[in-house]
Amino acid sequence: MKDIFILGIESSCDETAAAVVKNGREVLSNVISSQIDIHKLYGGVVPEIASRKHMEIVNQVIDEALSTAGKTLDDIDAIAVTYGPGLVGALLVGVATAKAICWAKDIPLVGVHHIEGHISANYIEDKTLEPPFMCLVVSGGHTHLVKVSDYGQYEILGRTRDDAAGEAFDKVARVIELGYPGGPKIDKLAKEGNPEAITFPKAKVNGADLDFSFSGVKTAVLNYVNGCKMKGENYNKADIAASFQKSVTDVLTEHAVAAAKAGGFTKIAMAGGVASNSALRSAMKAACEKEGFELYYPSPILCTDNAAMIACAGYYEYMAGTRHGWDLNAVPNLKLGER
Amino acid sequence: MRILALDSSGLVAGVALMEDDTLIAEYTLNHKKTHSQTLLPMIDELFQMTGMDKKSIDAVAIAGGPGSFTGLRIGAATAKGLAQALEIPVIKVPTVDALAYNLYGTGGIIAPLMDARRNQVYTGLFTFEGFDFKVVRPQCAVGIEEIVSEINAMGKPVIFLGDGVPVNKEYIEANVTAAFDFAPAHLSRQRAGAVGALAIRYADDKDYPSVCSFAAADFVPDYLRLSQAEREMLEKEREKKSV
Repeated sequence: MKDIFILGIESSCDETAAAVVKNGREVLSNVISSQIDIHKLYGGVVPEIASRKHMEIVNQVIDEALSTAGKTLDDIDAIAVTYGPGLVGALLVGVATAKAICWAKDIPLVGVHHIEGHISANYIEDKTLEPPFMCLVVSGGHTHLVKVSDYGQYEILGRTRDDAAGEAFDKVARVIELGYPGGPKIDKLAKEGNPEAITFPKAKVNGADLDFSFSGVKTAVLNYVNGCKMKGENYNKADIAASFQKSVTDVLTEHAVAAAKAGGFTKIAMAGGVASNSALRSAMKAACEKEGFELYYPSPILCTDNAAMIACAGYYEYMAGTRHGWDLNAVPNLKLGER
Repeated sequence: MRILALDSSGLVAGVALMEDDTLIAEYTLNHKKTHSQTLLPMIDELFQMTGMDKKSIDAVAIAGGPGSFTGLRIGAATAKGLAQALEIPVIKVPTVDALAYNLYGTGGIIAPLMDARRNQVYTGLFTFEGFDFKVVRPQCAVGIEEIVSEINAMGKPVIFLGDGVPVNKEYIEANVTAAFDFAPAHLSRQRAGAVGALAIRYADDKDYPSVCSFAAADFVPDYLRLSQAEREMLEKEREKKSV
């Protein structure tokens, strides 16, 4: 069979990324240009700045992905591009670029859902992984429990009702003055703290056992810190980080295991930036060992926003016959499983 | 020189195919759909209709700003993607210059007005001295009051055009002291044909500084404005310094 080379392009938030992937799972290049240093100055991602930065660098990132892979556009069978969800201005840069190149080179265009990309990162990490499995998707923008019945077939069993898990990490990091982005900083500091020191609430959503809510725990941390300040007491940031992190990772783990059990799955995968969190990984490992589940998670470079995962997801879409037209638009609130 | 010209800087999306002094095909759309949905299908249509080979294009010309930030980016990303894939340069034409060029040979002052929101217009002032196209006031983002007082000081007949006209019509009628008129419908909005014609004219003009030919990777639009977050941060820094 002929080898298939997919060029992936990702620009949904603050990473401009391009990658070349062979036959869906072999990464030939994975170039990521992060804007994080600029957005740090503003305490979070500024959409207009993100869009402008994507514009400045997107073609260079694509060139680098091709040259690292030892390929040219003439070798590419299709371009896979993230067209949602994400920041609309940021998405548009990737989408318009991908469309123009596909049109000029007469190659097929495949639009990919950003979360479908994150889930697919597991296929790159473990070449043996095949659906069906349960996937816990946790990032700065998303918290989903997704049933993956087959390639390209997804059903969301649980979702956050308010903040995404990663968003809660960022907000709590701001409260205890750790800076942005909060996830890695809390993870690091928590290692020095006692996770049992403070009991923060684990929110349950009535009537939707697999859904999440993280705004409560964020508020509880805020109240705790304000309470200490009012009483003139010192508070231990490491203990707060560890206790908050435990509250979040406990809920994520419990729901993932419950969903797998209920659905009769024996495999659980993790995806998204928060899947790099060390406490979440240990908690998931322990829980899966106890239940006899196999646990999959991508290495950190594949957890972050990247284009290899988009090319991988795009490969399976391409093989299934998905093609998008020249009128493909960015869809900031694209639903998983929509075409 | 065969040029594909694009303009998606405002409400209008336009594409044109030009060869030297011949306009081969042009498509202008001033309707609801977003440029993201229309621009590339319109380009595709030009090539379908003419049967022209994509690989025969020598350059992509684009209205390189100012304009709606999103519109500029859709156009720029499209132009850069085409240029990268076809290995050709991007020629940047100032949006306001191209708009003024719609009124080739006009005797008085040409004053394009693009609605820039926040009580501003993207504008500039242009004249023809003989048949030489002169930029009197280079494109800028200013209040309508400022540009009108400049026009009044010049004391010459003036013709207004652009999507900033409807928003500022009342002000113009009340405050412009010289003779004035508004361009008719077929000339009053961005036209990719004008972008292409001006690109060819500017490409020959060694002295014209603001028009350049760029490699795909190096081209970025001229927004003429910082993002709101950057403006606010500069504002804060200024306040700190003045305290």
